Amino acid sequence: MSTAAATHYVSPDSIQRYTFHERVMHWLNAIAYVYCMATGLAFYTPHLFWLAVILGGGPTSRFFHPILGIGFFIAMIWMHVVWRRDVEFTETDRRFLSDVKDYATNRDDRVPPQEKYNGGQKLYYWLMYYGAFLLLFSGLFLWFPEYISFSLAWVRHLMIVLHEIAALITIGGFIVHVYMSVWLVPGSTDAMIHGFVSRAWARTHHRLWYIRMTGGDPASKG
Amino acid sequence: MSNSVLEIKAISGHAGPVPGRDASRDYDVCKLIDVTTCIGCKACEVACLEWNGYPFRETLFDNTYQTMPDLAWNYYNLIRFNEHVAEDGTFSWLMRKDGCMHCADPGCLLACPADGAIVQYQNGIVDFNQDNCIGCQYCVTGCPFNIPKFNHETKKVHKCTLCSDRVGAGLEPACIKACPTGCLHFGSKDDMKDLADKRVKQLHEHTSHKSAGVYDPSGVGGTHVIYVLHDIENPQYYGGLPKDPQIPLMVRIWKGPLKWLGNFALVAGLVTAATHFVRFGPKKVEEPKKEEVV
Repeated sequence: MSTAAATHYVSPDSIQRYTFHERVMHWLNAIAYVYCMATGLAFYTPHLFWLAVILGGGPTSRFFHPILGIGFFIAMIWMHVVWRRDVEFTETDRRFLSDVKDYATNRDDRVPPQEKYNGGQKLYYWLMYYGAFLLLFSGLFLWFPEYISFSLAWVRHLMIVLHEIAALITIGGFIVHVYMSVWLVPGSTDAMIHGFVSRAWARTHHRLWYIRMTGGDPASKG
Repeated sequence: MSNSVLEIKAISGHAGPVPGRDASRDYDVCKLIDVTTCIGCKACEVACLEWNGYPFRETLFDNTYQTMPDLAWNYYNLIRFNEHVAEDGTFSWLMRKDGCMHCADPGCLLACPADGAIVQYQNGIVDFNQDNCIGCQYCVTGCPFNIPKFNHETKKVHKCTLCSDRVGAGLEPACIKACPTGCLHFGSKDDMKDLADKRVKQLHEHTSHKSAGVYDPSGVGGTHVIYVLHDIENPQYYGGLPKDPQIPLMVRIWKGPLKWLGNFALVAGLVTAATHFVRFGPKKVEEPKKEEVV
């Protein structure tokens, strides 16, 4: 409690949810991921090849996609160092996910109190974390296919399919992430840009974290 | 094909119709490589370099009569040299002119993500357009014959064009023109298959190559480069010629079911998110008594 309060600023109106360090980390990760997603989608289907065109052309996109991919992986590891304790799965998360229907249908009064991240956010974290490893591993084979001898061509074939499946799964998570943070939960985007959320926001969505940060009784404070 | 515009439509002062007016033309071109008459002289390799304007590249001597170990981005055409001992102890040198097979169902084209980087002409030639190539080398992954080669400096992939520039001008490919033994032939696919069948019959009747046959693999829809082999049962003796080449299964899955599944999932994900927002709307914050700024 005391360590969190020491690094996160708490005022009568608002609570700091993300430090400057966390925000920079998040957005660097986001830039790298979105670039890879956009150029990757361009290589995935001709109907989205225009994405590569507006990002500087096909050859440029092919050149930078793996480099930004490494950037995404590094950002993900950085994130892991900073957030790994916050995203550990607990019994609360299992209960959250088993009753996720209440959360998804906005009956938030039935959702049990959550820590800094709820079960769904943690699930998304681990999806991207393991996704980053899969994408990096399979991506290395796609980056330098000329060094794989023809007798091992099946490795190349397998890796292309693996890379695409991993990418599609992370994009699925990404769609949910953007929808929820931009539209479904007002205040989230602002928190990731400026770092702060209102006390009411914190109490509603992450009550356990709110209590930990303020040391307060959720019923009396406000 | 480009010459079709020069076909005569009407002739002045000519008795009767235009000769050949109702004849149908077969535009499918084909290169026939009769490996049984190849002497390994490499004239085709030199002609290929000359026509395409490439200087002779650095090579590696590996104790065979092969010019270099493998095809290269600026070496489209390589006589593969293999020593083979048959079951009866007969020793032979097998020479095979290796290069793009110009598949009717090209794996490179299926795999390529770049608009216009690979085209297949009506006459069957599969051609790479380096201006549109993005250097991803998916074509390398899609090819069952290990043909496309990457240039590290320009990040472009190259392979045999079947001299599409010459063929478009009504000429035969450079390698055909250079061949001194009549091992190489060029013409319509039907004509080349007839010629190949005749040669196979000749081999069956007059030589000991009783299992000679025509290599025109159906797994890739047939090819516009076909071989007459001494032993059609064992194409692998000729330096890695696959017995039953197919577009790799994983590439088929990648460009088939996986793509449709992925497209569906992406669109469904966006539609679901939008529908969810309309149905349930944004989450409300439990406001305390006094108004708070979010």
